[in-house]
Amino acid sequence: MSIVKQAKGFWASIVLAIVFSVVVQLLINGGQLNAFYVNTLFLIGINIILAVSLHLIIGITGQFSIGHAGFLAVGAYASAIITMKLQLPFGLALLVGGLAAAVAGLIIGIPSLRLKGDYLAIATLGFGEIVRIIFLNINYVGGASGMQVSHLTTWPWLIGCVIFSILVIVNFTNSTHGRACISIRENEIAADAMGINTTYYKVTAFAIGAFFAGIAGTLYAHNFYIIQPTNFGFLKSFDILIFVVLGGLGSMSGAVIAAILLTIISTYLQDYPETRMIIYSLVLIVMMLYRPQGLMGTKEITSLFKGRKSVKGGVQDESKHTVA
Amino acid sequence: MKANTPLLKVENAGIRFGGLKAVSDVNLELKQGELVGLIGPNGAGKTTFFNLLTGVYVPTEGSISLDGGKLNGLPPYKITRKGISRTFQNIRLFSELSVLDNVKVAYHSLSKHSMLSSILRLPSHFKGEKEMEEKAIEFLKIFNLEKFSHEKAKNLPYGQQRRLEIARALAANPKLLLLDEPAAGMNPQETHELMNLISFIRERFSLTILLIEHDMLLVMGVCERIYVLDHGQMIAEGTPNEIRNNPKVIEAYLGEEVS
Repeated sequence: MSIVKQAKGFWASIVLAIVFSVVVQLLINGGQLNAFYVNTLFLIGINIILAVSLHLIIGITGQFSIGHAGFLAVGAYASAIITMKLQLPFGLALLVGGLAAAVAGLIIGIPSLRLKGDYLAIATLGFGEIVRIIFLNINYVGGASGMQVSHLTTWPWLIGCVIFSILVIVNFTNSTHGRACISIRENEIAADAMGINTTYYKVTAFAIGAFFAGIAGTLYAHNFYIIQPTNFGFLKSFDILIFVVLGGLGSMSGAVIAAILLTIISTYLQDYPETRMIIYSLVLIVMMLYRPQGLMGTKEITSLFKGRKSVKGGVQDESKHTVA
Repeated sequence: MKANTPLLKVENAGIRFGGLKAVSDVNLELKQGELVGLIGPNGAGKTTFFNLLTGVYVPTEGSISLDGGKLNGLPPYKITRKGISRTFQNIRLFSELSVLDNVKVAYHSLSKHSMLSSILRLPSHFKGEKEMEEKAIEFLKIFNLEKFSHEKAKNLPYGQQRRLEIARALAANPKLLLLDEPAAGMNPQETHELMNLISFIRERFSLTILLIEHDMLLVMGVCERIYVLDHGQMIAEGTPNEIRNNPKVIEAYLGEEVS
């Protein structure tokens, strides 16, 4: 893909996103979208941010982290302190929420990213639970009864954050830095041998992913009037993980599509919370049987519009062995 | 650099895993431009020795220096940047990445545009990426791999994958190239092509090469000097002819003669 084309596609998608967000804003103002749809839309937005942030960690860098709700919680509480306790503006809360989660990402990332595979998964799972229990025991933020938060998440903030996080992660991925991360996912030993500072890139990806989870946490906290530690349990981490796995590990559009689909499904299943997890599990089992690579595999939605010459069937002229 | 100072100097290097001495007391010197073979029976510690050179393992004894600079204890990526590049016994390509991107990864450490410039898509990002792409395409042409540029590395036929791995290792601009059984699993025709490729890259990039290989035809055919490793110890060193007639080497490979 040529770089000029890439730049064109980039601006085209920005324009498209702005048009979409203005249209939605007009619909909200005009009252054509009722509160139920608006709320669903907000949830979708928050979940997209969570999905793409975890996609960077798991799908791109290949570090299997299952404590993402921990970063969500850090962002939510840090930002709620800014707006509710310190009475500072929401914009600042977004920034602080993101940064606080990024710092948490660094603190957990630097020691635990030495671990691989299952061990890393268990360490991050532990981290998520520790965060939840810490907030449960801090009276300043309300402990188990939670913390009142005013509703400050508005459509412009939400869509702005969604676009911002997608942009940053796409731009990061489609650069030499993103390739370094992918090379770690593909083969860490070889990446090391090619001069990639693997620790640095693993921690960086982890911190960027945590930053956006923190932003999602800010939006989440200021959308629900109350935050409680129970909102950020293992099941929440699992929800986010499912977006990424169902979408296809390594495909951002897959993660986004899965986030949209599953959010819609779960809103309609809200009255039957027990069935929700059963349906989730069934979806996952069916997918593992029939499409283990996820909805999109490692492909992006943009690649569907391009000439797909060499997608399947391997190389055409295998017979030509040449000497340099 | 003077012509007679060694490029790579390994002195009494070794590593033990707990009580097991995998490699011990190894001395080795490579002069600029040499093509040297490293042979030995299975489990002799050849790949472990490569892992010591490239920093995958940190030697527990002895010292390793490249161009006079010490390498002990440096992480692998720094050793690569200092000029040692390698291929692997079992191919380790970035299989989901395209052939072109595999080479670009090797250029990463030379890239100048920062992460921030990439995220903000500043001009320096486009310039840097464009340079990198052009360089990588030019590079693939040298290896006749440019027609596979956009193919995923995993879809390449076996021989071409080996070739790509060598190309990728060279893209990191090494002074010393370590090849770990490059001919493994190749048929005689492919091995022959590989021999040509090795002589070609040696000339083209004025490289020093250290080669682990089981294929004696290849080792004896291209190497000027050969080191023999057995049970983690260097048991012999010399020209192919000397090695062929060295009783210690014959014993290591075939066992003691029955008297």
